[in-house]
Amino acid sequence: MSSNKKYWKSVEELNENSSIVETLKQNEFVTEIPTDEFLGDKETLENTATTRRDFLKYVGFSTAAASLAACEGPVKKSIPYVVQPTEIVPGVANYYATTIANGFDFASVLVKTREGRPIKIENNNLASTNGSANARVNASVLGLYDSLRVQGPKKDGSSISWSDFNTETTKALNGLKGSDKSIVLLTQTYASPSTRNLIADFKEEYGNVNHVVYDAVSESAAIEAFQNKYNKRGLADYDFSEAMTIVSIGADFLGDWQGGGFDSGYSKNRVPDHGKMSRHIQFESNMSLTGANADKRVPLTPSQQKLALAKLYSLVTGNNVSVSGLPESVEAAVKSAASQLKKAGSKGVVVTGIQDVNAQTVALELNEYLASKAFNSQVSIKTRQGIDSDVSQLVADMKAGKVGAIIMSGVNPLYTLANAADFAEGLKKTQLSVAFSMKEDETSIQTQYIAAAPHYLESWGDVEIKTGHYSLIQPTIRPLFDTKQFQDALLTWTNNDQSYSDYIKLIWNEDILNGASYNQALHDGFFSSATAESDDIDELEGVTSTTSRELKAKKDRTWVGGVIHNTAVDLKLKEEDKDEYITKTTHSTVKSSNNENASSLTGGSYAQALASSAKPQGLELTLYTKVGMGDGQQANNPWLQEFPDPITRVSWDNYLTVSKADAAKIGLTNTHVANGALNGSYANVTVNGVTITAPVMIQPGQAKGSVGLALGYGRTAGLKEEMQTGANAYALYQNFNNVQNVTIEPAAGEHEFASVQLHNTLMGRGDIIKETTLEIFNTKDKRHWNAVPVVSLNHKETPVTSPEVDLWDEFDRSIGHHFNLSIDLNACTGCGACVIACHAENNVPVVGKTEVRRSRDMHWLRIDRYYSSEESFEGDNDKKENISGLGSSLSEFGEMENASENPQVAFQPVMCQHCNHAPCETVCPVAATSHGRQGQNHMAYNRCVGTRYCANNCPYKVRRFNWFLYNGNDEFDYHMNDDLGRMVLNPDVVVRSRGVMEKCSMCIQMTQKTILDAKRDGRQIKDGEFQTACSAACSSGAMSFGDINDKDSKVAKLLEDNRMYHLLEHVGTKPNVQYQTKVRNTTEA
Amino acid sequence: MRKVIHRRLSRSFFSLGLIVLVAFTTSLSAQEGDPAKGKSLFNANCAACHQLDKKMTGPALRNVETRLSDDQGLDRDWIYAWIRNSSGMIKSGDAYANKVYNEFGGAAMTAFPQLSDDDLNNILAYTAEEKKASAAPAAVAGGTQASEDSGGISNELILGALAILFILLAAGLYLVNKTLRRFASAQNIDLEVETGRKPLWKAFVQNQFLMIVVAIFFLLSSAYFVYGYLSQIGVDQGYQPVQPIHFSHKIHAGDNGIDCKYCHSSARVSKTSGIPSLNVCMNCHKSIYEYNGETSAEYSKEFYDGEIKKLYAAAGWDDADQKYTGESQPVKWVRIHNLPDFAYFNHSQHVTVAGVECQTCHGPVEEMEIMYQHAPLTMGWCINCHRETDVNVKDNAYYEKIHEELSKKYGVDNLTAAQMGGLECGKCHY
Repeated sequence: MSSNKKYWKSVEELNENSSIVETLKQNEFVTEIPTDEFLGDKETLENTATTRRDFLKYVGFSTAAASLAACEGPVKKSIPYVVQPTEIVPGVANYYATTIANGFDFASVLVKTREGRPIKIENNNLASTNGSANARVNASVLGLYDSLRVQGPKKDGSSISWSDFNTETTKALNGLKGSDKSIVLLTQTYASPSTRNLIADFKEEYGNVNHVVYDAVSESAAIEAFQNKYNKRGLADYDFSEAMTIVSIGADFLGDWQGGGFDSGYSKNRVPDHGKMSRHIQFESNMSLTGANADKRVPLTPSQQKLALAKLYSLVTGNNVSVSGLPESVEAAVKSAASQLKKAGSKGVVVTGIQDVNAQTVALELNEYLASKAFNSQVSIKTRQGIDSDVSQLVADMKAGKVGAIIMSGVNPLYTLANAADFAEGLKKTQLSVAFSMKEDETSIQTQYIAAAPHYLESWGDVEIKTGHYSLIQPTIRPLFDTKQFQDALLTWTNNDQSYSDYIKLIWNEDILNGASYNQALHDGFFSSATAESDDIDELEGVTSTTSRELKAKKDRTWVGGVIHNTAVDLKLKEEDKDEYITKTTHSTVKSSNNENASSLTGGSYAQALASSAKPQGLELTLYTKVGMGDGQQANNPWLQEFPDPITRVSWDNYLTVSKADAAKIGLTNTHVANGALNGSYANVTVNGVTITAPVMIQPGQAKGSVGLALGYGRTAGLKEEMQTGANAYALYQNFNNVQNVTIEPAAGEHEFASVQLHNTLMGRGDIIKETTLEIFNTKDKRHWNAVPVVSLNHKETPVTSPEVDLWDEFDRSIGHHFNLSIDLNACTGCGACVIACHAENNVPVVGKTEVRRSRDMHWLRIDRYYSSEESFEGDNDKKENISGLGSSLSEFGEMENASENPQVAFQPVMCQHCNHAPCETVCPVAATSHGRQGQNHMAYNRCVGTRYCANNCPYKVRRFNWFLYNGNDEFDYHMNDDLGRMVLNPDVVVRSRGVMEKCSMCIQMTQKTILDAKRDGRQIKDGEFQTACSAACSSGAMSFGDINDKDSKVAKLLEDNRMYHLLEHVGTKPNVQYQTKVRNTTEA
Repeated sequence: MRKVIHRRLSRSFFSLGLIVLVAFTTSLSAQEGDPAKGKSLFNANCAACHQLDKKMTGPALRNVETRLSDDQGLDRDWIYAWIRNSSGMIKSGDAYANKVYNEFGGAAMTAFPQLSDDDLNNILAYTAEEKKASAAPAAVAGGTQASEDSGGISNELILGALAILFILLAAGLYLVNKTLRRFASAQNIDLEVETGRKPLWKAFVQNQFLMIVVAIFFLLSSAYFVYGYLSQIGVDQGYQPVQPIHFSHKIHAGDNGIDCKYCHSSARVSKTSGIPSLNVCMNCHKSIYEYNGETSAEYSKEFYDGEIKKLYAAAGWDDADQKYTGESQPVKWVRIHNLPDFAYFNHSQHVTVAGVECQTCHGPVEEMEIMYQHAPLTMGWCINCHRETDVNVKDNAYYEKIHEELSKKYGVDNLTAAQMGGLECGKCHY
């Protein structure tokens, strides 16, 4: 190996005396390695006892110890009850009927409890007249386990005991007795007969008491219109199942309009039956859930809506109202609507959401004129009782120092009032301020006392949702914290040592039940008095309102108490109770005998007044409430934060919805960034000098000249940092008017949205959402509007469903159960109750905004929303068919990606389709997903190694991957990260770990339970017993679940229905989820 | 502890003797009854509230008749009247009746009008029996222990003797060998030393074929053992933890024949079998305050009585005053049968629907002094049973149609759980 070659490393070596060469002979590096940087300062290093060898020993030992410990099972303790409650059997769920009445949502519900813990809210089908559980109600169970709840009473920020609280507050209240300063009770709408009585007792005790009911989102105009017309407090009740023609002007009645809860009635007539279905025409400015479901939607600015309503009135009744300024196309639409209404007669109904007494009166007049069967003025809705002027007066009084004590319950005025600063100023002038609150929210941190209030699942109560429809609230768990109800405090302050539950029982037995069993009412959760009785009550209501009007001028309204005492005396009280009441009868005053229309104005003049009040002026903002967030009281609920808005599909945010034209004019944009996520520019929204900054969402269907912004966001106090999302639109809710004139300017910066649907249009792929018109549906054969796709077999067109073209061997599913889920696209309103019900049932984790933005949301059930890019989806199909494939085709497809200005909208709930020939099953390398005989596509989480082949091969994109450990992980600080929040988990469903694929299981734990119950009882299973969480939560009847091997079952019949199709049928996956073709009633009369 | 009890016992013996002496002087006048019949009547009617030697819901009844006649001057007729209608007597204002009534917390004794004079005489005869000496069981226990011990020693002795024998043999052989070699060297006989051949191990090492075979064998067998070891991780068959209260299933389910589902009642309706709450224990243990069954050196009567005391402490039962103190202390049992969370198992499916005996999975619980995990609880074990076990379809309307159709399909009359779909992943994993 001898060689004379010399390898030069550098020219420097030529120089024999080079110092560099010399140095390099000794050292590897020219300069010394900067060890100081990573070894830190020498001093601490020398002082530590840990040498490098020690360190290595520790590492080695701990590795060995960890691996050894992993082989050893942990010792688990099992602690039984000392005395087991008789009603609890570990492992068996108990159900309790109760009622949610949080001032915004009112509904009779069933609560599922396991081992004494409420874990899920379900519909109380017995009490269907009392509304059904929407998404927020379904999510409300999580509020019980909120780690930020106030755990006991507080005074000026430090804890005190309830006895001190009672002594101090009673002393303060007594101090105000007889003084010129008033005591104010500022509460949510309770609609509670017992609370009404209690407050009357309280007034009796302290004299100068003023009870102000405050609804964060006011329906004051409708209440006043109703009162003026019918001399009754309340809101008219509507049963849309009686209506065949529905005209809504700005009323989001599938959302929260006048308390909500109208969707199940509405859906009944949306499914074509004997060739008939209802026709729904919507005039509105924001794209609402209701507008999205309408057969015809006319975008109008709020001021145009007023004109349209006046015009409609004039056209229907023939009263001459001069209306000017409506565009021609709108005028034509109004004319058409009017003629359809007239044709429908009593089968027609008009509703409006315009917050204007005149507008509301006109709507009532119209329904009276039509003698609408859907309209009921006898039974009134009681779930909104706040009167704006009272609240404004209160704030003024407080500022003037006239209020000595303010006791608040269920309200958060410092967040929800536009003039919160005035309220805060007034609050400082009171001698006593108490807030009954579950949170240290914006208001309660400013009061002297925070009275820790229980969640409704820990409380007693009663509600009269509608006249004569009563429901009871009962606790389903012992209070988790040291809390006390507002009503219990009232009892203490009135020196009544009864408990509130006894008090309710007393009131019910005396005033409400009429001899019926209280225990039965408690069991059912509700009680409906018969028609005759409700008439009685109506008469009483008449008394109430008359009294109230008399006293209104005196600003001292004690009308509620007066009436009840009058009743109580009439009801033959026990002798010992009588004394107490007789003294109070003095309060009962004038009795109204006049239940006729007392108004001096006629409907025409209301309409005229309405028409002249419409003054368009620049951009008009409509404030609305989102299906997910409502008025914002559940803002700390991660389920609701992550719930995608049905229309925009954006979670974790509110935003300014702007029409495309206006956005271009102002210079606002929405862009998609590299990973597909949506960004939007910010805008400064100014109303009367108040400016807030909100991100912009360009909303198809938004009326030009109008913008929309959701209330309920932008909260800052009493909630986790992650939940402090959006902008507080209440600042713009001035004078309780949800329509405001605004100026909008672009603001700096880009907002990052977390949207779960980034492609908005259907691109003419009519086989995803099959849709037809009522006319075609009635006249043409199924193959015209719901054709089964065909493939070529020996050059013959063969339906994909036929066995000859099947590559797969058919499973034998003829024996036992074979589950199918049917989704009726006609009945589905997109409300999203099923999404939250699925979360609660299946322990679906919340992943947070940044993860949703990365398309890593975990929703097992999503409700896809599609816009048409032409006027209608039919137009899309035509356009796609007519694309030539030459020259302009690319740009034409490009155009189809943009939604139309006023698009048709379609909703489609999509979950795992449980394919009989599932593409996911064949590609799983470890056979973690396999097929069950009952039609379900099983997923064994413990077997999954996380290759994600299945998700890639799924044509429906319903599989969800656990990118992280979502429970017990501080990075995901939602309910699964604390012991309290984990109490909501369903013990029958596994909490999945990191690296595992998951998806809809068709609630196999529920079907298995139904089967087991039947086996144990030794009986056959009846149709309707099988349910999934989503189908049980669906109050509109869009989802039906059952066994198709039971040929008499509803779902087996739906499978044979002409409207039935499978999603992406041409792929040949043979799903077990059916869809029913959407039929639109486009018939213009 | 034992000493204390002895002292107490001896003291009570002394007082008992006195009572017996007194009793004999007076019992001549009493009508005779049959103590054997009396015992069965007593157990059937009185034992729920009374014991002979211990105050319970009602007073202790040993020698009640003599006690009453001596202390209160009440005769047998009073006793008859009291037993047949105590509340009547209380109302009538009888002084002693009211005294007893108030002493025992105002709880009136159930009336037994159905008991005849003879019955009552028998019961009284039983109560008048002398208390049996309780030293005997201890002696018996000692005896059994001794015999057990001797059995153990003899086994060891035999083994030891054999071991010594082998050592002796080995030593003998070694000595013989050594002696022979010495003889050989003495007679100058050269012992052949095998030098030419390679040592065996060298030959072995140089034989590549053998090496490969051995290596493969070694790898295979180590893989087998490693696999075996790994698949044992998390399998806790035989897991027998020490519990906070020594609860003997042998005594409860075995000796006393209590049905499993009396205590584990939720096994019938729920997915969990449920560890009984302490109020279930107290159903019986309110009156069973001591252990009177078989004992051994390890588990003596004192030991068991101590465990019952632990139960009382946990349930907050004051045995002396016969009432709950309200200061309870839930028992932290160590869980033995642990299925992983991802496996769904429902007891009621197996117990109520299938009618599987508890022992099928839990082993001979009625023989277990300390509970242990009998079955491996692995998935293979579950599946195996599902493959082999026929579904109990009899008299169950749910199965009617399915069974008929499936039997036709498989051409068999009995269907296994597997044929019903009991092997599908999603049936247990969701």
